[in-house]
Amino acid sequence: MSDVFIIGAGIHPFGRTPGLSGLQQGVYAVRQALAQTGLGWSDIRFAFGGSDSAGNADTMVSELGLTGLPFINVANGCATGGSAMFGAYSAIKSGEFDLGIAVGFDKHPRGSFSPLPADWGLPDWYGETGLMLTTQFFAMKIQRYMATYGITPRTLGAVAEKAFANGVLADHAWRREAVDIDTILSSQMVSDPLTKFMFCSPGEGAVALVLASGKRARELGLPSVRLRAAAVRTRPPGSFEVFSPALDLERGGSPTTIASRAAYDMAGVGPEDIDIAQLQDTETGAEIMHMAENGFCADGEQTAWIAEGRTRIDGTLPVNTDGGCLACGEPIGASGLRQVYENFVQLTGRAGRRQAPGNPRLGYSHVYGAPGVSAVAIVER
Amino acid sequence: MPTLAPIIADNLLVEVDGAYHLIASRDRASGRTIFPARPDSDDRYDSVLLPREGRLWSWTVQRFRPKSPPYAGPAAFEPYAVGYVQLDGALIVESRLIDVDFDGLRIDMPMRLVPLPFTLASGVVRTSFAFAPVEEARR
Repeated sequence: MSDVFIIGAGIHPFGRTPGLSGLQQGVYAVRQALAQTGLGWSDIRFAFGGSDSAGNADTMVSELGLTGLPFINVANGCATGGSAMFGAYSAIKSGEFDLGIAVGFDKHPRGSFSPLPADWGLPDWYGETGLMLTTQFFAMKIQRYMATYGITPRTLGAVAEKAFANGVLADHAWRREAVDIDTILSSQMVSDPLTKFMFCSPGEGAVALVLASGKRARELGLPSVRLRAAAVRTRPPGSFEVFSPALDLERGGSPTTIASRAAYDMAGVGPEDIDIAQLQDTETGAEIMHMAENGFCADGEQTAWIAEGRTRIDGTLPVNTDGGCLACGEPIGASGLRQVYENFVQLTGRAGRRQAPGNPRLGYSHVYGAPGVSAVAIVER
Repeated sequence: MPTLAPIIADNLLVEVDGAYHLIASRDRASGRTIFPARPDSDDRYDSVLLPREGRLWSWTVQRFRPKSPPYAGPAAFEPYAVGYVQLDGALIVESRLIDVDFDGLRIDMPMRLVPLPFTLASGVVRTSFAFAPVEEARR
């Protein structure tokens, strides 16, 4: 069993890039990550990669080089990037490989996703009658959560305001302009209680990480972070997920709660030890609920946390320091790896104007998606 | 009661003594109720009818026209309410909500199943389902 380190990270800016395919953005990210390490593509022993709707990752070898390396395509919905990293982590941890790449990229058309019921094991009427929208799920999950725990729209707005403020400071973000809370609250209602500025949009972008064994990382002597945990989990009984025509009366946990626990167990740390967190913020309610599902606060404590600015870059637990999905958009295949990229940059002290103070040591990342899958990673400087 | 258009899918909705019920499946081994119903050929499940009345568990309003496909409604769009309704002894079911002002939606309000005429983009009408507040539910 080998320790696993991330020794390089590259990103193609998120947003819209006419003229570059998703695959080409992926190649850009891989080259940037390699350049950071001084290694060449021919040094890489294996790769895991994927996109949701921008093609097969392994065709990148046409541009990167025909070295014959094993290149595994990953397709796991919103957890595609997290799953690619899980694959790379496991391959190195096993001792079989000492140097590999995890890459995720995507390029989605404008507007909401348009899923087909049959792809999700659902009857056609569910989509035909207008029930199959991710936006409805997120709205109804936070609607009930707000009623149960006394959270108000102002807290939803404050999360979006923070995201856009952080995005201004992140070179790779899509939305680079601050938006004030009153504009956010009074913008067009999309799916009550969530307004237009409270939702992220499908977009484009790519991220690549270079992973190495402990031995190889020490030999190379590069700024690096240790991957203390990488966990992927599907939904447990009683969870509330995207695309659910019905829910069990007996309510249970979520894929996030069990992925989170597994990651803490693997790393041997608890939520109180984490210095910086990147949490799935498909919309502002998701960030709020995921603060609790990942163990950082109790249900309902988010109101005080956010009012006191505890999740701002200069707070006690900075959350989504690059503006998260709200400011970066959500290219599905790349989104989970962007979170790890951000933690890598923050923990190696290279985050520039958005650098979290206090030399953060432990970084946490969490991605969630349909039909109920979460991936959590914990990295340590 | 006026004659309704054909039901939008098999094994979804059935009329019993003038009242409509959603059809679900009960796992013979675990007792868990599942909706939509499993195919009749799956002998691990019994076919069951869901209770017609429940309480609103959560809700939202669909304010933009969903993408087609999968949405098959007409091009002209009116916002509609969607919610989950808790049916005691069975499950929590997702549904359109009708006969209620968006401002009047409240978690825990009593709701009752009603048939919903649904116009497809082609102009063909099919019968789907919705929940309406109990005070205003049509029989």
